Amino acid sequence: MVIMRELHILAPNGMLGYGFPVKWFKRALSMNPHAIAVDSGSTDSGPHKLAMGVMTCSKEAYTKDISLLLDAVSEKKIPLFISSAGGAGTNAQVDIFLDIIEKISRQRNYHFKIAAIYSEIDKNLIKEKLKNGQIAPCGPVPPLSDEEIDLATTVVAQMGVEPFLKVLKENDVDIIVSGRTYDPVAIAAMPIKEGFDPGLAWHMGKIMECGALCAEPAGKVMLGVIHEDHFILEPGSLEERCTISSVAAHTLYEKSHPYFLPGPGGVLDLSDARFEQLDDRRVKVSGSKFVASDKYAVKLEGAKKVGFRSIFIGGVRDPILIGHIDEVLTRVAKDVKDYFKDIPLDQYQMIYHVYGKNGVMAELEPVKNATPLELCIILEVAAPTQELATAICSRARTELLHCPYEGRIGTAGNIAFPFTPLEISLGEVCAFNVYHLMEIDDPVNLFPIRYLEV
Amino acid sequence: MNIKSVKLRDIAKVIRSKNAGPFELTFDVIFKTKEDYEKVKASGVLNKRLIASLYNLDPQNILTFVFYDAANAVKITIPRMRPQGSIGEVDMHGAQQYVPLFDIDIPIDL
Repeated sequence: MVIMRELHILAPNGMLGYGFPVKWFKRALSMNPHAIAVDSGSTDSGPHKLAMGVMTCSKEAYTKDISLLLDAVSEKKIPLFISSAGGAGTNAQVDIFLDIIEKISRQRNYHFKIAAIYSEIDKNLIKEKLKNGQIAPCGPVPPLSDEEIDLATTVVAQMGVEPFLKVLKENDVDIIVSGRTYDPVAIAAMPIKEGFDPGLAWHMGKIMECGALCAEPAGKVMLGVIHEDHFILEPGSLEERCTISSVAAHTLYEKSHPYFLPGPGGVLDLSDARFEQLDDRRVKVSGSKFVASDKYAVKLEGAKKVGFRSIFIGGVRDPILIGHIDEVLTRVAKDVKDYFKDIPLDQYQMIYHVYGKNGVMAELEPVKNATPLELCIILEVAAPTQELATAICSRARTELLHCPYEGRIGTAGNIAFPFTPLEISLGEVCAFNVYHLMEIDDPVNLFPIRYLEV
Repeated sequence: MNIKSVKLRDIAKVIRSKNAGPFELTFDVIFKTKEDYEKVKASGVLNKRLIASLYNLDPQNILTFVFYDAANAVKITIPRMRPQGSIGEVDMHGAQQYVPLFDIDIPIDL
């Protein structure tokens, strides 16, 4: 086998479906990358994506991005890796991506060999692992139970690089589309398969899975070149530069810890990572280490539906009322609970968001006694049905509008409502309830692979 | 030698907050210069107790408090008050929780 001395990986952006500048993508493409890799997943847009099976971007947005990528695959004869299809990476979302690829290929007369890798996990397996003590919370997460497993709409696991390696070793495919995947995998897969240092491959993947977010100014297209003992980052756009501080700062982004980054099968240790300015736009990174763990664990993600929400939005300008707002809101909540006393208290929740006071930070707000000019009050009600949520919300609104308070002079109404309908239905509300590490024996076969041609 | 005090916001290039997964909130402070970073690190002013008092937390609940030399940065991670994006959420991305860090007094000898 010929050892490749360097490998070029092109990331068109940090999130498939968010678009990318064609001019800079073409420029990066002209630098002859060996593969195009792009992640499409995130939990950042909230639990309803996974609980309701909603995709992060529209089908149209994915089609636009994928069309450009397929043109490149066809022209350059290089593979394309797309991970965490649709955002949540459910099996259905993988199939939607395959469908998009198939439609574009038919239109443009492209022929591709594709591997699809799925990542939904059988709930019976999770229950068995839970019973065997092979599941632990990933951070400050409530413990898992059989009941919570059943409540989750679907549970996916973040696959590691192993299913990608199996595909790359056994088959000559043009495209891999995977379900939920550890974000750096799409970037790191080919370098690891070709025998490059996994520490460097994972670190390059960690940075490039966000496209050119690590550049100044932050951008989309990023080219990574991995060598035996370092890698080099270069933004696709000539208007962007990677600097030591921009790359080092990005290493911190959205991570719990700056230099220990746990992933499937081990920890990326960046405590000895070195960042060097190679020239005006390129940064060289070395010293990143991957430490394999004794037991292989994957992260499970699941979310459940927890009810329906309604809100009202109102404003307060009266300084006398603003001075008494806490007691007024408490009294209104009590009156509403008395009114609905036939409904058990654990069936619904009423939560005030008081902007001008602590609407943004709630209990984390250190400033306790600010004197605002105005308040914006949002009452959030969550209940088992939309009708009940709206009924509770409505009752609280009328109570608040007219309730008396000490020193009241403005007696015609307490609240300025900007919108009709006065109560706004927000639909279903969801919650992440599975975010746990599960020990597994076989990091390949947990994730079924399907081959197809279009 | 005069002991002068500056606000953290005056010597930081970046002060930000963001979710680190649906159950954690993480803060990054990145200093403008290596010198300021080293001084702050050596001074011990920035510590778990101070962060805990600013955010009404028990210091034991601070999951990460680490100085990161390669980026002239401090990283602090705390548990989210509630799982991201569910009932009672106030900041989906955790993007606006950093402001109390702005006015931390940093004594710097000049």
